[in-house]
Amino acid sequence: MTPVIEVRDLHFRYEDGTQALDGVSFTLHAGETVALLGANGSGKTTFVLQLNGILEGQGSVTVCGLQVNKQNLAAVRSKIGMVFQDSDEQLFMPTVLEDVAFGPLNQGCTSQEAIEKAKLALRQAAMEHALDKAPYHLSAGEKRKVALAGVLAMQPEILVLDEPTTFLDPPAQINLLHLLRELPQAKLIVTHNIGFASALAERAVFFEKGKLLADGPIEEIVRRFGWTYSDLAADLRYSAQRRF
Amino acid sequence: MHIPDNFLSTPVWASLDAISIPAVGWMIKRAGRDLPDSRIPLLGVMGAFVFAAQMINFPVGAGTSGHLVGGALLACALGPAPAVLVMTTILIIQAFVFQDGGVLALGANVFNMAVAGVLAGYWPFQLWGAARRSAAIFAGGFLSVLVSGSLALAELLISGVRMPRLLVFISLGLFAVNAAIEGAITISVVQALDKLNPGFVQKPARSNSRVLIAVSTAGVLLGIVGFLLASGAPDAIQSLGQTLGMSTKANFQTPMANYSVGNFESAWLRRAAAGLTGLLLICGLCVAGARMIGRRRSA
Amino acid sequence: MHHVLVDQWSQRSSPLHARDPRAKILVLLVFLVALATTAPNAFPSLVIYAALLISGILIAGLPPGGMLLRSMAILPFSLIFGLITLLAGDRWRALGLVEKSYLSTLAVLLVVATTPLPRLLGGLEASGMPRLLVLMAQFLYRYLFVIAEQAQHIRLAAACRAGISRTHRQAKFRAAAGALAVLFARSYYRAEGIHRAMMSRSFRGRFALLNPLRFGWMDGYFAAGVVALLILARVQ
Repeated sequence: MTPVIEVRDLHFRYEDGTQALDGVSFTLHAGETVALLGANGSGKTTFVLQLNGILEGQGSVTVCGLQVNKQNLAAVRSKIGMVFQDSDEQLFMPTVLEDVAFGPLNQGCTSQEAIEKAKLALRQAAMEHALDKAPYHLSAGEKRKVALAGVLAMQPEILVLDEPTTFLDPPAQINLLHLLRELPQAKLIVTHNIGFASALAERAVFFEKGKLLADGPIEEIVRRFGWTYSDLAADLRYSAQRRF
Repeated sequence: MHIPDNFLSTPVWASLDAISIPAVGWMIKRAGRDLPDSRIPLLGVMGAFVFAAQMINFPVGAGTSGHLVGGALLACALGPAPAVLVMTTILIIQAFVFQDGGVLALGANVFNMAVAGVLAGYWPFQLWGAARRSAAIFAGGFLSVLVSGSLALAELLISGVRMPRLLVFISLGLFAVNAAIEGAITISVVQALDKLNPGFVQKPARSNSRVLIAVSTAGVLLGIVGFLLASGAPDAIQSLGQTLGMSTKANFQTPMANYSVGNFESAWLRRAAAGLTGLLLICGLCVAGARMIGRRRSA
Repeated sequence: MHHVLVDQWSQRSSPLHARDPRAKILVLLVFLVALATTAPNAFPSLVIYAALLISGILIAGLPPGGMLLRSMAILPFSLIFGLITLLAGDRWRALGLVEKSYLSTLAVLLVVATTPLPRLLGGLEASGMPRLLVLMAQFLYRYLFVIAEQAQHIRLAAACRAGISRTHRQAKFRAAAGALAVLFARSYYRAEGIHRAMMSRSFRGRFALLNPLRFGWMDGYFAAGVVALLILARVQ
């Protein structure tokens, strides 16, 4: 399987001196879905922002064969689409159609082509009915799907989703889950939602203090780092029952 | 302070439209250099912030509360030219979307609040922001509201709205009170911002634009002089308006038609002429003085 | 927020909603200038203006009661000034102030209630308003309600923790300043997030236009017809 992302020995330090990434190496293959797990501040978001050149660290980052540097930014950003945690920040145009067409227009499409691509992407995300709506009037789940459509309209090969289930109620989460499972792109999902992650990804990586500590099957990682409390809930209920 | 349509006489709102459009156009050109399209969302969002900020109440005693107007705060945080543009945008949205302030009167409101108010708000910060930061920021908030209010009042008087002297006095007093509130709110917010991130309100940039300094100095002094004139002699401004033909005259048959508008007694004419000359002299002094200050600073 | 209602009105369809925003802007300006230069006692003209507005409301399918009521927001202001002017002896100016400011408010409201704001801004840009201002207004409007809601939440949270009036006024003042600072910071970081999202979708420095406006025959007839009516009414 061809690697679509190759990261070698990535280091990154913020202006205030925090070492956010400390020698991270990682590979993602075509069509693969990987969950990025780790505590808040462990470097997950910093890491994904390196992949499309928003942040620039030391080390080698290659996306679909392209080195991520100042010259290749436009090309790289066409290959890797990012859905951010705050949909309100991502949907900044006055209407849904204009927002989803934003990407294709930047890629050089004409007005007509951009509209066609936008409609197609909205159909993929099952949000075609919301074409003329203002983002303010959409629910959190709908905004998330429109943000995804905005990224799909650029026809990327890789999707990165940063905490996609934030603010979503369970039905919306399930809706998004089904949608993502249909998409052929390779996916990186930064999340704390283990149920969601397990339904989509077989592989997970674990970040801690800027280092990538583990890389393997998701159940193993979750168990090793105690990254879920579903067992804990059962234990607590059991011990509470025993007390009475 | 948002002047609605049909409060100002036609010569007044039309000439202010004629002044504001090139003024804002000049600001756009000035800002255009260091304002790539990618900074536009920041300015738009900051405009939305000012709108929303006006909803937060600051208790000022006796059961009343004030709120932020925002010109000085924006100027200190974003710089004068971007702040002028943000305030202009806010006024446009307020006029159309909320019918707060007239559409034809936009020129007047932009001149009072977005141009004069913002520049007057920035002026103390620009000159003394490095040495006496808190006082300068308070003074900025104070001046921005005082100048915009005085200008609005002057425009109404010149248009021929007859206000008894006592009322003019009271209005100016209220403006002064609101100005003090704005100063207090502005400096409190800046102090709170410093705790969050000292980078939000930095030292004033060394401005090479002497024109900007000159214009804002002139604006401030014009506002102050206008304030003093109005408080001392509101009739002077009203008669000035009549002399210059800026007031709407009675051009229809009414019982009032016999009231001779422009009773040109020499005393009035002399006072009006003196007032006008004085204003022009002060303007000239401002420009010269500001040029000297500008030269000293860039030395 | 109360404005959400006008926003909803602007999304409806009607012959008036369908008109090109440039035509509506032109007609609005002519209306406002005609109104501003009309004498306060030229009642025939004023009646024609009012009739034009009411027929506009009806054609647009907007609730007349709601529209007329909403325009009354100007009245407190204009009645006070009217009273001052009246007491100073200028009866006609006082009347003019009240009736004309009401009609001009209603006119602007009619245009905004029949044109979604992004389209109105597009019309303003096509009529010569600088791009920079148009784009700023677009972003301002987009985030206006989002940030206003945040401000409400902060107010609510502060109110939940507020003491009774015993709380020292200075402390409350400082708390409000803190709330504003937090709102400022959140807005600033939000703008950074928007910037990141823009760059991630290959923003290359210019916002491209999507839907160019098209001025049709109907728009021409509408504009010419109403302007002619206004001129006739004015010179009566």
